[in-house]
Amino acid sequence: MAHLVAFPGVDAAAPHLHGPVQAVRPFALPQRLRRVRFPGGYVLTPDPASSDAEAARRPGPWTRLTHALIAASVFLLLPSGLQIFNAHPALYTGEVSRFDSPWMEIGARERGEAMQGYLRIGGREFDTTGVLGWSGPPGAAEKRAFPAWATLPGYRSLATGRNWHLAAAWGLGLGLTAYLVTGLAGGRLRRSLVPTRAMLAPRAVLADLAAHLTLRLPEAGGYNLLQRLAYLGVLVLVLPAMIVSGLAMSPAVHAAAPWTGDIFGGRQSARSAHFLGACLLVLFIGAHLFMLLLHKPLRRLRGMTLGERETRP
Amino acid sequence: MTASRRTWLRGLAAAGVAALVSACDRIAGDPAVRAGLRGAERLNLGLHRVLFDRRTLAREYPDSAISPDFRANGSIDPADPAYRALAAGGFADYRLVVDGLVERPLSLDLAALRALPSRSQVTRHDCVEGWSAIARWTGARLAPVLDQAGLKPEARFLVFHCFDTLDPEAGEDGRYYESIDLVDALHPQTLLAYEMNGAPLSVAHGAPVRLRVERQLGYKHAKYIRRIEAVADYSHISGGKGGFWEDRGYEWYAGI
Repeated sequence: MAHLVAFPGVDAAAPHLHGPVQAVRPFALPQRLRRVRFPGGYVLTPDPASSDAEAARRPGPWTRLTHALIAASVFLLLPSGLQIFNAHPALYTGEVSRFDSPWMEIGARERGEAMQGYLRIGGREFDTTGVLGWSGPPGAAEKRAFPAWATLPGYRSLATGRNWHLAAAWGLGLGLTAYLVTGLAGGRLRRSLVPTRAMLAPRAVLADLAAHLTLRLPEAGGYNLLQRLAYLGVLVLVLPAMIVSGLAMSPAVHAAAPWTGDIFGGRQSARSAHFLGACLLVLFIGAHLFMLLLHKPLRRLRGMTLGERETRP
Repeated sequence: MTASRRTWLRGLAAAGVAALVSACDRIAGDPAVRAGLRGAERLNLGLHRVLFDRRTLAREYPDSAISPDFRANGSIDPADPAYRALAAGGFADYRLVVDGLVERPLSLDLAALRALPSRSQVTRHDCVEGWSAIARWTGARLAPVLDQAGLKPEARFLVFHCFDTLDPEAGEDGRYYESIDLVDALHPQTLLAYEMNGAPLSVAHGAPVRLRVERQLGYKHAKYIRRIEAVADYSHISGGKGGFWEDRGYEWYAGI
C-alpha cells in the first residue's frame, strides 16, 4: 500500500467502502500482471551501496535551480520549435534538401469536398486530419503542420517562434551546463545517476524491468536502474545532442565548426536529428510526469521546486 | 453523464484551451516581450564575433554537391515597372549605384562589374524556413568594390536597396532591402553575384545581381540589387530595423 499513489482523502477512507484495497489504485493493472514474481525471488530493496540514497532523493539547491531553468526552457523550446518546423514541414537526410524525397512530411490536400491532413513517413501515409496538416476550429481550419495548441505562438509566425526559440536556447544551454558542472564536481551525478555494479547484475536488471512493467516500484532508496539510464541518457546524450544539432543549423557556427553538422551527416540530417530528439524529449517528459504521479506527486513536486522539509511527517 | 452535459463539458474544455492559447499568444507576440527576447540576438552576434575568426570561410563543396532543385524564395518575378523595363532589355541599361558615405560614388554596368576582381564558390544556402540547397555562385567580391568607392570612416553598415516590392500593400515600405555590417561586407566570400551554376543569374534567383553573404541565412542574400548605400546607421530607412524581414520581426543578425 505504501507505494500506491496517495490521492488526497483516498487513503483515509475505510477499505470496505471501496471494495478491495487495490481498487483505489488509479493505475490498476490486471490481477495477473500484478502477481508477477521477480525472477529468483529477488527482492527490490534500497541499494546498500548507496548509503546516501535518501539524500539523493532530496534534491539540493543547485539541482532544483538548474532543473527549473532546464524545464522552463524546454517548455518554451518545444512549442516554438514546432512553430519553426511548420515553416517547412519536411525532413531530409544529408547536407541539403531534396524536395521530392523527404523521409518525413506533413501536408494537406483536397480529398473530394473536404481537406485531408496527412503525415508521410518513408512510403507510408497516415490520415491525420484535425491534428497534423489540417487543423483549427470548425469553419476556420487551415493548412498547418502542427496545430495551434502545440505551437508558440498559436498563430503562424516563424519570426516570433524564432525569437522565443533562440532566447530559450540560452536558458537550456546555461541550465544544462550548470547542472552538469555542479553535478560532476560534487560527485552527485556519479552517486545518484550512474548505475551501480549491483544494479547491472542480470538478475537485478530483470527485476527492475519487471518492477517497471508492473508499476510496483520500491519507495525507498535512490533512483533505480531504468530511472538512472533515462535521466543519464537525457542529460548527457539527448539534451547535448539537441544543442549541437541546433548549433549545426546556424550557418555562422557551421562555418567555424563544420563538425557540428558532420557528426550528424549534414545539415538536413542534423535538422532531422533535432526533430527526433525533440520527440524523445516529449516521450521522456511524459514518462517522467507519469512516474511522478505514481508516487507522492505533491511531495515530489515540492522537493524538486521549493525543497523538501528536513523532518518528515 | 448525459450527452448534453458531455457536449457542454467538451465545449467548456475547448473554450478553456482557446482562452489559454490566446492568452499565451498575447504574451508571446507582445512587442515589448519580443524586444526583450531579441537580447539573445545581441548575445549571439557578440559571441560569434568574439569566438569565431572574422575571416572564417563558410564550407565550400565540390561541383558534384550542387543541388538540382534549388528553390527560389521571396520575390521570384518582380512586377515593378523599372525592373520589368530593365529585364526586357536584357539588363543592358542596368547600373549598380554605390553611394552614401563613400568618397567616390560609383555607377557600374554589368560589364564594369564583371571586370572587377571576382570569386567563384560552391556554397550552401540555408533558408530561414529550414531547407538547404547548394549552388556555385560567381560574382564581384564586395571588398574591392568598396575600396574603389572609398568608404568614409563613419560608414558602419551597407544597405542594399532592391528593385522588388515583396509586400505591395505596404507601399514604399514593401520594397525589399537588407543591410550588413563591415565585418560581413569585407569577408572574402561576400559577393555581388551575377552568375549561378555558371549561367547568368535567372530572374527567379535575383537577376542581374544579388548578394551572397555566406554565414548568414537566406533572407540576408538580397536579390535584384539596385543600389548599395553606405550608412552610419539604418534606423531612418523604411521600418528602421535594417531589412524587409527585420522590419517584420526577424533577427537582423541571421547567423543562427
